Amino acid sequence: MSDHTYTPSSKFGKWFNDRLPLLSLSAHFREYPTPKNLNYWWTFGAILTFCLVAQIATGIVLAMHYVAHADLAFDSIEHIMRDVNYGWLLRYLHSNGSSMFFLAVYVHIFRSLFYGSHKSPREIIWILGVLIYILMMATAFMGYVLPWGQMSFWAATVITNLFTAIPLIGESITTWFWGGYAVDNPTLNRFYSLHYLVPFLILGLVILHIWALHVPGNNNPTGIEIKQPSKGTIPFHPHITIKDLFALLVFLIIFLGFVFFSPDVLGHPDNYIPANPMVTPYHIVPEWYLLPFYAILRSVPDKLGGVVLLFASLLILLALPWLDRSKVRSAVFRPIYKQFFWLFVIDILVLGYMGAMPAEGTYLLIARIGTAYYFLHFLIILPFVSLVEKTDPLPASISEPVLTEKDKSDVSE
Amino acid sequence: MDESGKKNNRRDFLFTASYTVGAVGLGATVWPFIDQMNPDSSVKALAKIEVDLSQVELGKSITVLWRGKPVFIKRRTKSEISEAQAVSLEELKDPQKDEDRVKNPEWLVMLGICTHLGCVPLANKGEYNGWFCPCHGSHYDTSGRIRKGPAPVNMEIPRYEFVDNNTIKIG
Ligand code: HEM
Ligand code: FES
Repeated sequence: MSDHTYTPSSKFGKWFNDRLPLLSLSAHFREYPTPKNLNYWWTFGAILTFCLVAQIATGIVLAMHYVAHADLAFDSIEHIMRDVNYGWLLRYLHSNGSSMFFLAVYVHIFRSLFYGSHKSPREIIWILGVLIYILMMATAFMGYVLPWGQMSFWAATVITNLFTAIPLIGESITTWFWGGYAVDNPTLNRFYSLHYLVPFLILGLVILHIWALHVPGNNNPTGIEIKQPSKGTIPFHPHITIKDLFALLVFLIIFLGFVFFSPDVLGHPDNYIPANPMVTPYHIVPEWYLLPFYAILRSVPDKLGGVVLLFASLLILLALPWLDRSKVRSAVFRPIYKQFFWLFVIDILVLGYMGAMPAEGTYLLIARIGTAYYFLHFLIILPFVSLVEKTDPLPASISEPVLTEKDKSDVSE
Repeated sequence: MDESGKKNNRRDFLFTASYTVGAVGLGATVWPFIDQMNPDSSVKALAKIEVDLSQVELGKSITVLWRGKPVFIKRRTKSEISEAQAVSLEELKDPQKDEDRVKNPEWLVMLGICTHLGCVPLANKGEYNGWFCPCHGSHYDTSGRIRKGPAPVNMEIPRYEFVDNNTIKIG
């Protein structure tokens, strides 16, 4: 963090700032030195912040009309859609907002993987990010249960049953989770309570995430360390704020495109059928953003094995900064890692597709190969590549790649 | 030297004692917050139901809801019974004789819940003429035993008894 001392110009400002240095904080955000070579992949942090605030805002107003009871929840959603003023809009903003939130978080995560933003000294930022991601999945899962349609009910049943795989205590943990002997009204009630709570925990983690970011400052596309502030940096405001706003605008066009033109395309039609504990829909699928993990779960023919692998696939992300040992951060200068990065992206997409298909025959086989590759990537490929790879020479400064030899002699001090 | 050693011991004792009391108090305070999530008295009170079987025809089954879970009550045909009894235990993932799963071979009463992740299997489907779970592909035979797929064990038999020839009490 730049340890400037900021003095407000007005007398009152000074009086206030001496007692609660909010103005200093805001000055810190304005002046925060940012690498001048950040590309548009770096705008997703701001987009994610927007998404969180938007989910909280739409969620709070939906909560004014929603009723968390097994007999009333489904109808209250229909009530929101038909009777409440702009209820349809608020609900579609919230449900599509969740998809857009995940879209943004996936871009944000793969950005980190490509440019090595998870590496020293940014491990804590990465770990906080993984925790946020896991809590996001929990929140979205519990939110999806609230409309109490068929997909809500059966998603809740299948996912909570994961815990029955735990030896000995699994059964009692699941009963405790449900507040009964199956997913039922008590389950819906507590999911609502937690669905309201967890986004605020996420907000807290986001604050820590940004705090931890402001200690070393942003990584950048070259991945090399730069001094803060220096010739290589520009103040956050107005340079980055305006760029983030522009990216947010483009993002909003896509987001609202979904909301206004195909609000249900990302959802599942079965969720417009009220929950029925006697009949499971023929083909149950989770929301698209959970599909790769669903494919991993189903690729193991053993119950406990599948559950262990599912959790391992998330927890392994926490260890990433220590699995990929290459000192060079950016994939731009890592010819071998760069290829494995893209293979990994393809692997996730393939897993996602298999998660949406029935778990049988060729689909199952491909899902198994994809799952094996997922773990291979982290446990074997990354440690090995970072050991043997011959990286390309790094530029001396982030300005170098864009400057000619002559320019360079001009700027060199 | 001796003096201070003694003092330290007394202090250690006080520390340990206070930590212990604190931990017990904390545990006692936290417990209600955890236990409130367990099934409440009204949920537990619904734990028994009676079902009339007189309308169920041979080869057909009914599904009733017990403690929020579907219970399959199937009146099995002769061929379904003999098929279930003919299976040798070596072929089974969760070996159990058909005789041990029924009170009266004609009536199979079991929780209609896949032991994998809790979906409701479909009747008269799958490779063993019993049930098939569409969620992740578990096949059950005419005794509700797991034969193929990710489910680890047979479908559960709830506690039940015949009240008379046409009525059973589940729970
Ligand atoms: C991390 C942020 C959040 C995510 C990812 C999220 C996600 C979701 C999802 C996927 C649904 C189901 C939408 C549907 O199919 O209709 C939902 C429903 C709901 N959420 Fe959220 N949510 C978030 C924050 C919040 C907050 C902060 C509140 C309340 C203060 C809230 C209140 C509700 C309510 C009342 C519903 C039921 C109405 C409905 O289904 O449209 N959500 N949420
Ligand atoms: S729940 Fe039946 S196979 Fe998974």
